[in-house]
Amino acid sequence: MNVMDTRATSAMLYLDGVHVSFDGFHAINNLSLTLEPGEMRAIIGPNGAGKTTMMDIITGKTKPDEGTVLFDGVTDLTRLDETRIAELGIGRKFQKPTVFESQSVQDNLLLALNVDHSVKGTLFWSGSRAESERIDKVLETIRLTEARNRLAGSLSHGQKQWLEIGMLLAQDPKLLLVDEPVAGMTDVETHLTAELLKEINKTHTVMVVEHDMTFVRELGVKVTCLHEGTVLAEGTIDQVSSNERVIEVYLGR
Amino acid sequence: MTPHMLTRSLDRGATIFLAVVAACGILIPLSNLLLPAGSFLQVPTYLVALWGKYVCYALLALSIDLIWGYCGILSLGHGAFFALGGYAMGMYLMRQIGTRGVYGNPVLPDFMVFLNYSKLPWYWYGFDMFWFAALMVLVVPGLLAFCFGWLAFRSRVTGVYLSIITQAMTYALLLAFFRNDFGFGGNNGLTDFKDILGFNVQAEGTRAALFTLSCLALIVGFLICRAIVSSKLGKVLIAVRDAESRTRFLGYRVESYKLFVFTVSACMAGVAGALYVPQVGIINPSEFAPGNSIEAVIWVAVGGRGTLVGAALGAVVVNYAKTFFTSGMLAPYWLFMLGAMFILVTLLLPKGIVGTFNAWWDSSKEKRNAATRASAAAEDGVTEPKMAE
Repeated sequence: MNVMDTRATSAMLYLDGVHVSFDGFHAINNLSLTLEPGEMRAIIGPNGAGKTTMMDIITGKTKPDEGTVLFDGVTDLTRLDETRIAELGIGRKFQKPTVFESQSVQDNLLLALNVDHSVKGTLFWSGSRAESERIDKVLETIRLTEARNRLAGSLSHGQKQWLEIGMLLAQDPKLLLVDEPVAGMTDVETHLTAELLKEINKTHTVMVVEHDMTFVRELGVKVTCLHEGTVLAEGTIDQVSSNERVIEVYLGR
Repeated sequence: MTPHMLTRSLDRGATIFLAVVAACGILIPLSNLLLPAGSFLQVPTYLVALWGKYVCYALLALSIDLIWGYCGILSLGHGAFFALGGYAMGMYLMRQIGTRGVYGNPVLPDFMVFLNYSKLPWYWYGFDMFWFAALMVLVVPGLLAFCFGWLAFRSRVTGVYLSIITQAMTYALLLAFFRNDFGFGGNNGLTDFKDILGFNVQAEGTRAALFTLSCLALIVGFLICRAIVSSKLGKVLIAVRDAESRTRFLGYRVESYKLFVFTVSACMAGVAGALYVPQVGIINPSEFAPGNSIEAVIWVAVGGRGTLVGAALGAVVVNYAKTFFTSGMLAPYWLFMLGAMFILVTLLLPKGIVGTFNAWWDSSKEKRNAATRASAAAEDGVTEPKMAE
């Protein structure tokens, strides 16, 4: 079975010796990484470093060729599919904002709520007070209360990013994977997003992939730099950005 | 269906649609039966049968719209479920002929005597009972859709690949039903029906009753579709249509949702086929022809995908046009016209008739609201300086 008897590790997320190759290209190469409960971790790395592939592995979209991926110390994620992993409590925000464009903002949040997701449950669903209160709260947090009845497709790029973060909040997962949350945002929006993520981190474990160094600095958390599918450096932003090998891969050799 | 689900599912368009179908279902048979033949308001019997056929097509279109318009599953083989429902009803009607067939065999239908069958094949058992046949009308298409969908959706076959295999499915059934040794009358299919539940299928009263029943089936089918699409499940279906993998990452089991609507839709198509057969008096393998399924998709596109009302309207409009044009000197050009209609609708009215109307209605309502607000503001004397005379 995929559930072990005892916790193998105290970590929320534990990756050890993970390998993935696509047609001979080693996208992930002996990747090992741990994320403690309640931690927020920033992942940086040049294009093609394997950041998104790593998220694909954690969320079940890609199966690793070898290696261990443990969630919450007990669950082997490599054996489960996307739906099951989402049900366990891992939420993901995509690089390109993907919201349900033809539905209203509040319906997007309603769909994301971590309530009964079975066919029967949704067919005979009738809203509850607790659900609408949760939606109201999320709308307030992501500053979209005014836009609740607008179609998600009509939101600005930044608002869509926020709606997607809001969907993660509604999903209320144990672990949030956030892929490039500030891509295409203005400076003010970027700042607000950093505040929002810090707020979320008070109650959730978060992993953020981001290129924007100002943003990563603002988060003020432990940073992991990936390169060619493996961990190159780990530490505070100052330690990592002064690491010679990191400078080398970012500036070219 | 709870009362709550019912009230939520009825908006104004849906109510108007239901009222029109109910009125047709009552008034047309009454006019046919009660008014003297030749009277201006009397609907002749041949028209009752013809319109009954349109109503069955409307139900088929509804079933396609449920999966295509709301869940993005483009089935190009839905005619297969329609035909299977039709065959189940046809088998019942064949068993009702009894000794009145040409060969007078009390058990074996004529074609079996002709093909030297010594006994009834096992899969014909039970079809002498109406309740069993009625159950099979739902079970056979539903079961096929369930098995087909289970394999296809679990393997994540989507988009054009799914369309192609649905097409292959209906074509395979076409070839199978063409075979004489398959036990369903081969090329000729099932025909020469005598009566249904003891009533003569040719009689005016029976035709009128079948018409009313078809309208009733359309109403029930419509209510089921509305209840589905206006529930939270409907929102999940639209989410699957627009961003399937995103829905999966939210923790929804996409394949279960697809399987559910696909099966419901196939059962509806089966009912449509079962009501169609006694009204046209024949069912043969040509109903499985891929062209039929594609034509049904065109009805939905013309009427307006994802609107339900539009699908039913599209089926009636296109089939009325078909009847009109194929009975005159333009007959050889009908398929060109159908193709042209599809291209024109795709280019000029991508939302279909009802979709375009809805968009126009919403935008004009918006304008009227804006005008009301502006005039209210003007009365308050807040804006708009007096116009020069």
